[in-house]
Amino acid sequence: MKIAVCIKQVPTREWQPRLNDSKTWIREQDVSYEMNEPDAYALEEALRLREKHGGEVVVCSAGPARVQTVIREALARGADRAIHVEHDSLGAADAFVIAEALAAAMKDEKFDLVLTGLQSDDQGHGQTGVILAERLGMPSSTIIMDVQVDPSTGSGQVAALRVKRELEGGWFQWIAMPLPALLTIQSGINQLRYATLKGIMAAKKKEIRKASLPDGLQPAQQIVGLAVPTRSKQTQMIDGSPAAAAKELVQRLREEARAL
Amino acid sequence: MILVIAEQRDGKLNRATWETIAAAQQLAGGMPIKVAVLGAATAAVAQEVASAAVAEVLVAEHAALEPYTPDAYAFASRSLIESASPTYVLLPHTYQTRDFAPLLAARLRKPLITDVTAISGTGTDAAFVRPMFQGKLAAQVKPVGGPPAIVTMQIGAFRADAAQKGGSAAVRKVDIQIDPGAVRQKPEAPFREAKQAVDLGQAERIVAVGRGIKSQENIPLAEKLAKAMDAEVAASRPICDNGWLPMERQIGSSGQTVAPKLYVALGISGAIQHLVGMKGSRTIVAINKDAEAPIFEVADYGIVGDLFEIAPALITELEKS
Repeated sequence: MKIAVCIKQVPTREWQPRLNDSKTWIREQDVSYEMNEPDAYALEEALRLREKHGGEVVVCSAGPARVQTVIREALARGADRAIHVEHDSLGAADAFVIAEALAAAMKDEKFDLVLTGLQSDDQGHGQTGVILAERLGMPSSTIIMDVQVDPSTGSGQVAALRVKRELEGGWFQWIAMPLPALLTIQSGINQLRYATLKGIMAAKKKEIRKASLPDGLQPAQQIVGLAVPTRSKQTQMIDGSPAAAAKELVQRLREEARAL
Repeated sequence: MILVIAEQRDGKLNRATWETIAAAQQLAGGMPIKVAVLGAATAAVAQEVASAAVAEVLVAEHAALEPYTPDAYAFASRSLIESASPTYVLLPHTYQTRDFAPLLAARLRKPLITDVTAISGTGTDAAFVRPMFQGKLAAQVKPVGGPPAIVTMQIGAFRADAAQKGGSAAVRKVDIQIDPGAVRQKPEAPFREAKQAVDLGQAERIVAVGRGIKSQENIPLAEKLAKAMDAEVAASRPICDNGWLPMERQIGSSGQTVAPKLYVALGISGAIQHLVGMKGSRTIVAINKDAEAPIFEVADYGIVGDLFEIAPALITELEKS
């Protein structure tokens, strides 16, 4: 089975946001980056499916030169090769542009299964995977917590895929689909593995195919302003040593909030 | 014209639809609003939404719309949109919307703005506020290349009870054709993983832990604090994903929604998926080492510091009396 995993490089969780001068994007020179967490789960799921059913795992990413870091990390965890759509403008691109860019680079590969994280921890549109599915002519299902592939039916028209989709409030649903298909993967679907030293060494020799950004892709939205969100509540901050802060908090919860 | 696509399952309206109607009324600026109901049997839901102050309720009934699939919903809503030519299409940002709205946008080649928390301006000049970077920043965005622009509203961001009622809007059936062979997903019946042993919705006090607790070995610290507060222990998603606490103790969009008297967030940064599950709590305490963590935006009391120092101090303080 030929599996693609789309990964995005996003700012780390510890990153403190700083804005550019026009306050329409972040100051990129301050940012340290990591692999988008749901994408890491998608990669892990792809590696597990390859271990079970054979085939190859191809990592696909659209972004500036810096995303090579997460591509190498994915290769070190076990992906076989990579496709990198490289362009400086892709770091701040919206879901339509990213999906079109990936689709152009991926369409001739004839993947059986494409996995993405359900959304990115940066812009968080939650759209790229599903738009990509449509552009690749595949059915999609989202927020997936289990993937079962029936290998006997291969990539024909029959229902070769059965996936567990998360619904709200603790509900789930199994859905059958033909292959090829695209799934957006929910965090927590599996336990992540980390790269071994051997994997890191092997990754250096693996192929990263560079693809160029197709001309004329149009964004579907524009960020006109970016700001630290305004507080909906007046938060009373309690300072002091741990013991003093604890004492004051307990007192306020008892006397002011009457919550204890 | 603004088209609101209502959400229903088994003939029961999702209450978030009312929040979306309220958002549409705020956005309208004189534009008429219509509500579309999709499904196999929609009469009751259509009657219910017809009590809103809207111009018309459009009903698209087809056997292929029950149970829900993204292919059938994208197909039906596309044909509705192409015949009604709205300026905006509004939906609640539910898991169902997240499944089919991007497909709809991709097929229409029209903008989709998701998870909107506020609208500034009205009509075609409006800008939409949505969280980015895990809620650390709020972006004002405008659609490019509409109309229509499809916009999904974050659950809880608009008040359902703010939706204006107006008597009875006319209900009109709209013919749609769906080729069942073009629907590629075959869903089975929804199910719950395990019987919920704890009903956190009934808890008066909750101590919830997040990534800041660092490892499973530290969970007893949270349990000890909960005991001292006479509270239940709960967690944000990553903790349950790691198996440190059972899934049934998860608070947030994929877990339980709670509104206790007291909610103590211990090392929880406050990703929006968590906030939607707890921001209705009466008193919220946030303890986090990161002063910029979004959890402080909803907190009544905040302590910036190391939870491994503050939680033991709180336990000592609570056990004094």
